Amino acid sequence: MIWDLLIAPFADFGFMRRALLGCVAVSVGATPVGVFLMLRNMSLTGDAMAHAILPGAAIGYLVSGLSLGAMTIGGLIAGMVVALASGFVARVTSMREDASLAAFYLISLALGVLIVSTKGSNVDLMHVLFGTVLALDNAALILLCSFASLSVFALAVLFRPLVLECADPQFLRSVSKLSAITHFAFLALVVMNLVGGFHALGTLMAVGIMILPAAAARFWASGIAGLIAVAALIAVLSSIIGLLLSFHYSLPSGPAIILVAGVGYCLSLIFGPVGGAIAQSLPRRTYET
Amino acid sequence: MTATLSFEKLTLGYDRLPAVQQLNTEIAQGSLTAVVGPNGAGKSTLLKGVTGALTPIEGCVTINGFCEKDIAYLPQQSSIDKSFPMSVIDLVAMGLWREMGAFGRLSRAMKSRVSDALAAVGLTGFENRAIGSLSGGQMQRALFARLLLQDAKLVLLDEPFTAIDAKTMADLIKVIKNWHAEGRTVLAVLHDYDMVGTHFPETLMLARELVAHGPTAQVLTAENQFRARQMCEACAGVPHVCGKAAA
Repeated sequence: MIWDLLIAPFADFGFMRRALLGCVAVSVGATPVGVFLMLRNMSLTGDAMAHAILPGAAIGYLVSGLSLGAMTIGGLIAGMVVALASGFVARVTSMREDASLAAFYLISLALGVLIVSTKGSNVDLMHVLFGTVLALDNAALILLCSFASLSVFALAVLFRPLVLECADPQFLRSVSKLSAITHFAFLALVVMNLVGGFHALGTLMAVGIMILPAAAARFWASGIAGLIAVAALIAVLSSIIGLLLSFHYSLPSGPAIILVAGVGYCLSLIFGPVGGAIAQSLPRRTYET
Repeated sequence: MTATLSFEKLTLGYDRLPAVQQLNTEIAQGSLTAVVGPNGAGKSTLLKGVTGALTPIEGCVTINGFCEKDIAYLPQQSSIDKSFPMSVIDLVAMGLWREMGAFGRLSRAMKSRVSDALAAVGLTGFENRAIGSLSGGQMQRALFARLLLQDAKLVLLDEPFTAIDAKTMADLIKVIKNWHAEGRTVLAVLHDYDMVGTHFPETLMLARELVAHGPTAQVLTAENQFRARQMCEACAGVPHVCGKAAA
């Protein structure tokens, strides 16, 4: 019974195993980035970036069809251009970075939708928006795993400046010239993870696996290491449960995974020991450490 | 006495509106100087000019004998996100950035220096507390510990004692006096004239322009204070646009 429910889908079907590997890679790569997005109060930046990569992927599709490489490179370029342009505008004009990012991602999104709808069919649009986690080929899997590894490695290297950039940016600027580099490298990681994620979950759902587990983790851990570990765990569990639900009930897998993560967030909100609804309402003892 | 800092015709401002105008003076090496003046006199602006965060509209700041990295600066409103999940020891240890950089490790010797710095500001035992749980005074102590570890030749403090209890203030003044005894140059923006009179040998009074600079007893006279207030009130209503367009 339990075997049929939990193990058999993965044991019997290759596409389920591939989907699982793809989702685990995306989870491990994207959630630490999501934790930092949340800590920098930039949760919605992930969303904006996801929209920004659409025209790049669309142009890649126009140039060479449903090609993994072309769509990946297109998405990376579009994301980087929007990130750099909005960062640049924020630094040389009086425009704040969030407003400038909003302006550029909206332009980028409109361009993307225009390209996809004039040249592509609806099926293609659905592919870009919602991903094809059940049809990941070897090349896509290698890409997802490489992006995840690269992301985790880059984050480990950048960790200290990034923490300081979040916690005390003024101090970082006073002791080091790494502030701008750290900021753009971090945005590059966001873009990279979203591009990787869109092959599996689509541009819109890729943000979900980045942000929802991070937001949920906030109710379980208070240190950065704990946040990252819990967020990655929630993302992986959501992937497994979401894939199983989509298998047994014939649901689209991307939204199923994100919805499970969403349920995880709501449960954390209620039951989480760190500032969750129940923990907040219980009388607490104060103690010295 | 050699000068650590010299200001020549220094004009600093925002959007070409000068906040400090035509400042000519020198800060001696190893001096302990209070920067005083009415609100809007350009005290904080002057410190930003020294750190290099603000480029002079005219004139220049010359730093003698060391580079910008040897400056430690405590801004009036620190940009610290207190909700960030970080412990006191992590925050304070960042004072060692110059030595360990972005990628170096925190050695055993460095750890013991961090403990010493925490002890010097009376925060022993707070190592693993989240920065979000600190009171205003405790946070200021932690920031002073970080300054201690920066081991800077020039220390710039912008209103370090705003909204701080008397005990914390007394402890932190001891830290400042230690810096002075060690031969470091300290420049502190303050508004409490009693404290300046008691603890700071030199005073620089600003009211956009220089009012007076020298031994505190000679600068903090009723006449100078009156003149500074008048100068600030006189120019408050009419901002002078300067820069190339007006020249």
